[in-house]
Amino acid sequence: MQSNNLLELAGAISSGAVRVVDLTFTLSPDFPVIVLPPEFGQAAPVRIQEISRYDGRGPAWYWNNITFGEHTGTHFDAPIHWFTGKNLPNNAVDTMPAKDMIAPACVIDCSAQAAQDPDFLLTVPLVEAWEAKHGRIPDRNWVLLRTDWSKKGWRDYANLGDDGAHTPGPNAAVMKWLVEERGVIGFGNETIGTDAGQAGHFEPPYPAHHFLHGAGRYGLQCLCNLDQLPATGAIIVASPLKIQNGSGSPLRVIALVSST
Amino acid sequence: MVEPIKPPRRKNPLLRTRLPASPPRARSRTSHGYTRGAAEGRFLLQRCEACGAFAYPAREACPSCLSFGLSFVDAPRRGTLLCETTARVPSDVYFRERTPWRIGLVKMDCGPTIVTHLHADCVEGAPIRMSFQLDKSGQAVAFAHPEGETPNMADDKQWREMTADPKFRRVLVTNGRSVIGQEAVAALKGAGAKTVFVGIAEPWRPFAGEKLLRGQDGIEIVTLDAADEKSTADLAADIGGKVDILINTTEYVRPGGLLDRRGTSIARDEIDQAYLGFINLAQAFGPAVRMRGADGVNNSVAWVNILSVYALANWPAFGAYSASQAACLSLSHCLRAELRPGGVRVLNLFTGPVDTEWFQTVPPPKVAPRAIAQAIVSGLRGGLEEMYVGDVAEEIRQRLAANPKALERELDR
Repeated sequence: MQSNNLLELAGAISSGAVRVVDLTFTLSPDFPVIVLPPEFGQAAPVRIQEISRYDGRGPAWYWNNITFGEHTGTHFDAPIHWFTGKNLPNNAVDTMPAKDMIAPACVIDCSAQAAQDPDFLLTVPLVEAWEAKHGRIPDRNWVLLRTDWSKKGWRDYANLGDDGAHTPGPNAAVMKWLVEERGVIGFGNETIGTDAGQAGHFEPPYPAHHFLHGAGRYGLQCLCNLDQLPATGAIIVASPLKIQNGSGSPLRVIALVSST
Repeated sequence: MVEPIKPPRRKNPLLRTRLPASPPRARSRTSHGYTRGAAEGRFLLQRCEACGAFAYPAREACPSCLSFGLSFVDAPRRGTLLCETTARVPSDVYFRERTPWRIGLVKMDCGPTIVTHLHADCVEGAPIRMSFQLDKSGQAVAFAHPEGETPNMADDKQWREMTADPKFRRVLVTNGRSVIGQEAVAALKGAGAKTVFVGIAEPWRPFAGEKLLRGQDGIEIVTLDAADEKSTADLAADIGGKVDILINTTEYVRPGGLLDRRGTSIARDEIDQAYLGFINLAQAFGPAVRMRGADGVNNSVAWVNILSVYALANWPAFGAYSASQAACLSLSHCLRAELRPGGVRVLNLFTGPVDTEWFQTVPPPKVAPRAIAQAIVSGLRGGLEEMYVGDVAEEIRQRLAANPKALERELDR
């Protein structure tokens, strides 16, 4: 791209010809986190502790100390997160190629199905039907699963039963297929986790994590505002914090969408 | 005959909230023998090891035989009220605000004569039962009760100064997810609390017993994650001025000590939940609780901590947990001092292993959560500061007093 094209892009963003859609939830202590059996190590919840707020602790300034796990809020999964990706080169958030942080997205709208069935699963035939309408998923694209799950209240969002979470996601076959047959750069979900709530019972367990990270691809979860994206053509900017050997991080995910 | 107290009306917003005053604090070091007993509801008097005579007030030598061997022992509580008088215009601010105030002279069956505060139903010449109570300055004072039960006896004005009865008061139970928390809610409602606020962290997580809590009058579920500064401050902004009794039911038990755990994330959670949670609660609720110590019938009166007895002596099987409890015990003493100007008591309940999930593999005896809840109520009603709930807690305490080094070796198994 010539530099004048980039300046055109900047102008289009400024004029509104290119919309910037924020796909990120506010990072806050009350946002649900992944639930694991209590005997496992737990993600530290988001904590915000005031250092000073124009007071005796610092008269002219306001700032906080923050703590959180790498997988809290709207967050990014790097390949090193899963055992399948542990030996890949450049598999952590600090070593992954910066160019992977910007890529186009295909958005598959399954909000109608997810409204009917919290355990709704994306399958290969459903993606093929989407391709029949919108064209083949190009290489190195994000596939984002729109379920409108992000519009729910927190309890319905986490949707925990005594047999685990019930939230939509991909099945095992479609994850393998998207990675191997479509070369996706990553998969994004509105729920807590790229995988479905019941994915621990799939074969293999947690197939999105298994296949994506095993092939050096990425995950995005707890996304919102996917309903504001077109089926194709949006550009996703997802640059995680550069945490040393980090397995992921909360981040600001934005999408560039042409208004025309 | 005591008139039953009435449910307090809503406050008149045109009137200033009265600030708490304290009765006189000065005591000799020896006199704190009474404080030690009063904190636990024991009636301790000095007794001469040489001649066996009981003495009062606290002395350095036996008034009968001049022996120096005076030690505090549990003493018989019975006596007779010799005479009484009513103070109408005392110079002390605390008593001046509470007149008329009755005091009397009691001849103990075991010998000494004691100047004492009087329950309204104590009659001259009649037998009475004595106790030492912690007054609003946290010091032990003698209190005479009628020998038997009398109608509405807990509602006596002078007695209520010595206690933290939940009746008509508003209580915050900080963690309603736990069995202990839910038992505490039930016990406090049963004891006549007007409202029990029940803190629930991360309300998006379902929990056992939720339906029951939601269905009851006088129980309000509130969002509270005590480990989170903002959540605690937000709740205090809403209800901080309506918490008369705070029950800290934070419960975060994990097995393990130092070497067989990897890393610090569990220890961090323990500190977050127990220690920082304590600080968050104290900073958010403490100032209003301290300020409202004289705010009418439903003034703020008490803060309750449920602590592991292994705060006193580390149990290596739950070693890091023990340490987090020791930290909370230390904080509780700081809190007690800081709430003192409000006349608000800090009641610590020490328990052994509780019959809950995280002590599943620990053999009995274990403390039933209901026993803890009942102890909370009886401790509040009795105006206590320290309680040992269950056999294990009591035994650990005795073994610690007898030989701390022996206990250390014995817990190392």
